[in-house]
Amino acid sequence: MSEKKPPVWLRIYTFLVYLYIYIPIIILVIFSFNNQKLNITWKGFTTQWYAVLFHDRLVQLATRNTLIIALVSTAIATIIGTLAALAMQRYRFPGYDASEALMYIPIVIPEVVMGISLLVFFVLLNMKLGLVTITLSHIAFNIPFVALVVRARLHGYDNSIDEAAMDLGANEMTTFWRVTLPTIMPGILAGAMLALTLSLDDYVITYFTAGPGSTTLPLRVFSMVRFMVTPEVNALSTIWVLIVFVILLIGQLARNRRA
Amino acid sequence: MKTYRVASLLTVLVLLAAACTPAAAPTEAPPAPAPTEPPQPATTSAGGPAPTSPASAEPTLAKPTSTELNLYGWSDYVPQQLLDDFSAEYGIKVNYDTYSSNEEMLAKLQAGASGYDLVIPSDYTVTAMLNQDLLQPIDLAQIPNFKNLDPRFTNKGYDPGNKYTIPYQWGTTALAYDKTKVPFEPKSWADLWDPKFKGRLVMLDDEREVTGMALQTLGLDKNSTDPAQLDQAKQKMVELKPNIVLFNSDDPETSLITGETWAGLVYNGNAALARQQDPDIEYICPKEGCGLWFDNLAVPKSAPHADAAMAFMNFMLEPKESILITQEFPYSNPNKEALEYLKANDPSTYESYTAFSATNPPDDFLARAVEVKDVGAATTLYDQLWTDFKGQ
Amino acid sequence: MASSAAVPTDVKRPSLLRLIRENKVAQGLTLIGPANVYLVLFMVVPLILVGILSFLSRGEYGQVLFQFNLSNYTRLLDPIYGRILLYSLGVGVATTVLSLLIGYPLAYYIARAPARQRSLLLFLVLVPFWTNFIIRIYAWIMILRAGGFLDTVVQWLHISDQPLHLLYTPTAVMIGMVYEFLPFMILPLFTSLEKIENAVLEAAADLGAPPYRVFLRVTLPLSIPGMIAGTILVFIPAMGMFVIPDLMGGAKTILIGNVIRNQFLTARDWPFGAAASMILMVLTMVFTFYYARRAGLSEELVV
Repeated sequence: MSEKKPPVWLRIYTFLVYLYIYIPIIILVIFSFNNQKLNITWKGFTTQWYAVLFHDRLVQLATRNTLIIALVSTAIATIIGTLAALAMQRYRFPGYDASEALMYIPIVIPEVVMGISLLVFFVLLNMKLGLVTITLSHIAFNIPFVALVVRARLHGYDNSIDEAAMDLGANEMTTFWRVTLPTIMPGILAGAMLALTLSLDDYVITYFTAGPGSTTLPLRVFSMVRFMVTPEVNALSTIWVLIVFVILLIGQLARNRRA
Repeated sequence: MKTYRVASLLTVLVLLAAACTPAAAPTEAPPAPAPTEPPQPATTSAGGPAPTSPASAEPTLAKPTSTELNLYGWSDYVPQQLLDDFSAEYGIKVNYDTYSSNEEMLAKLQAGASGYDLVIPSDYTVTAMLNQDLLQPIDLAQIPNFKNLDPRFTNKGYDPGNKYTIPYQWGTTALAYDKTKVPFEPKSWADLWDPKFKGRLVMLDDEREVTGMALQTLGLDKNSTDPAQLDQAKQKMVELKPNIVLFNSDDPETSLITGETWAGLVYNGNAALARQQDPDIEYICPKEGCGLWFDNLAVPKSAPHADAAMAFMNFMLEPKESILITQEFPYSNPNKEALEYLKANDPSTYESYTAFSATNPPDDFLARAVEVKDVGAATTLYDQLWTDFKGQ
Repeated sequence: MASSAAVPTDVKRPSLLRLIRENKVAQGLTLIGPANVYLVLFMVVPLILVGILSFLSRGEYGQVLFQFNLSNYTRLLDPIYGRILLYSLGVGVATTVLSLLIGYPLAYYIARAPARQRSLLLFLVLVPFWTNFIIRIYAWIMILRAGGFLDTVVQWLHISDQPLHLLYTPTAVMIGMVYEFLPFMILPLFTSLEKIENAVLEAAADLGAPPYRVFLRVTLPLSIPGMIAGTILVFIPAMGMFVIPDLMGGAKTILIGNVIRNQFLTARDWPFGAAASMILMVLTMVFTFYYARRAGLSEELVV
């Protein structure tokens, strides 16, 4: 852990990149208060869209569905993906190449193709389209993303700490849980966050595998685009971001206090 | 250490939550995957779940026994008030799922998705759906409010006799322009090729509408399947390309309002929205012709609650419900009685509805408006043309 | 393990566990098991469907006919598709390179930040991407359009009087693409960079290397796995992405993603779409495999 401060230019650069990342969000938040349904130009301040949001059951249902799907698929994909990454980076076994190729398929396949073929697959299996089919599809495309990120973390993993632990009497399971896992945890978390991000915003695959009543936020918003995207969606995004920020802040304060 | 303990706890909690979400249960027999079925001519099509009431025997309307209706349509196309009124009247819960294009809906149903009771296909999509046997017949005896419709908009070519569909809303695609920006009053599509319009045009991102417009400009049939004619149209379109700054089917009106573009091929809904923000926007049907569209309510073959669907079709044709659509959305209403009702009960909306050509096109406008028709095998020709055109 | 078979039957279950514990190959297979099963089930079966589909024909009404033929593949030989593929590749490469250049310093900063700040900084990168995709793009459109936010700022700073006309140009498309793909590059880079221990960097410095040398000869090579992962995660989706070029570029170009999507939607020529997808997938698989292998992602394997 370097205590040396980063050079000034790096700090300025970092700030600028964060600005790049946040400018649309700031615009988005500002325009959630825009008094114009079409939301093209600024026409005055209003909080009506938050009220509309409060009463919009469809959007609330969509939000709930989106969160459930995202959290479940991320959790499962992270577990499966991490195990797979461990396998790929530390072991050799028959079918290694095929397994690796298999992992890349969800990344290389065009979304429309994946969506439609999954739909046909579910229909052939007699499965009712709904939250479950969507979640199953999300897990499928999340696994490789998690695996790839964790693999990058595992590359060059220094086995001597594992060996040291085992020399001190720990068996494999304990070594894994108390030494390996915590060390690669940043990679796992990064992979999980990536998976979450992918799942929250997925449109095409979700569209084809969704059933009646299992609408998600991206589905709602993408179809609104055909008519008009009112500031209500901005309001929703603003609230979402706000909640996440509050959680992060609390987490950070807790961590600072402990340190 | 603590982090991963929390993480594993969270994982367990999430998995528990997942276990509590309702599992998939195949409750209805799936239809055979549509891709494997040979095409059946529309007229002999029958079968699928019959409506719960034997229509011919009953003199009065059968009350639907279903308690749910799965509506699948465009977003912001069916007013929430209308849905609430329907639920209140029949005690049927309405699930309103959305898609963002006819083609998406068609692809999904073609692949075998089921569970939807009511869809809202456009004219040429109805043809495609009938050709693939995806719709079930409706019983007009159960829809007495059918008589409220303007006869100009019933019994159209894509569904003679309204055996499968009820018109929902209709409209046009034509030339919208900002009269303060455009140096002369355009009377024909050909005017748009003028170099004065360089980088000033917006077009719908729609291969049929844009190619159709080019065909019309050449004096040809908008739905031509002749490869030589299509090639001519493509050449014409390529000539126009420098003038087009963007293709957009979602919100072309935005660029007109902000002044980024001066004119373009848009839907009537876009023009009406543009006009609301900028009264200088005009909407005309040039002398070569323009486009016409109809959106319809239809019932998929695999609908689990077809009786609720029919009840909804009838309910929505009632004047006081139908005007809700016109009050909220900028499209043309095929319901004659509803417009009369609107005149009596909401004269200001009626006034603005009839005043603008986007919602109420005059007869000469309509006379030149041509629908997009399904062109069967030639569809791939149009697609190839579009790919070539955009790839230039 | 023959010896355990000779053991009395009541230890049948433990011997399987022991097998996994003691045999490396068994361990590997167990770990990769869930992923393989899941992906075979949910990806390979659909993939086979698509493969078969690519050899079938389009019926007159857009339905699929069971008539085998190769015309879908021969149709792809038309030079227009080669051009489209090249253009899409260009977009993919440009997005990847720019994301790498822009994202690397940020990933480095976060990776070397004090431990308590790291996850916060990382979250801060991601939080904007938990808003809705369409809304973000619309926000960019609002910023870049003539007379929009950027123009207003530029005018206010007296840099220029004229509107910049950035929207609906390739520049706008790149701004949007890099924006959307930045997290996919930053995250893998971060995991790679974060792993580098300070002792290593300090050792290099102690040996007399100036900071840039330490970076070039120690940090950069050690971050290569992250760069590879990031490249794969950005390049492949970017190549197939068409929504941003459509929305921010004015839909004036056609990319391979458009072509494939059109086949399944407007053209209703699923077989042709399937053929195009198969070709695209084969090409990208080959690239990914050899790129990842050559650049050394699976280099050191403990057998």
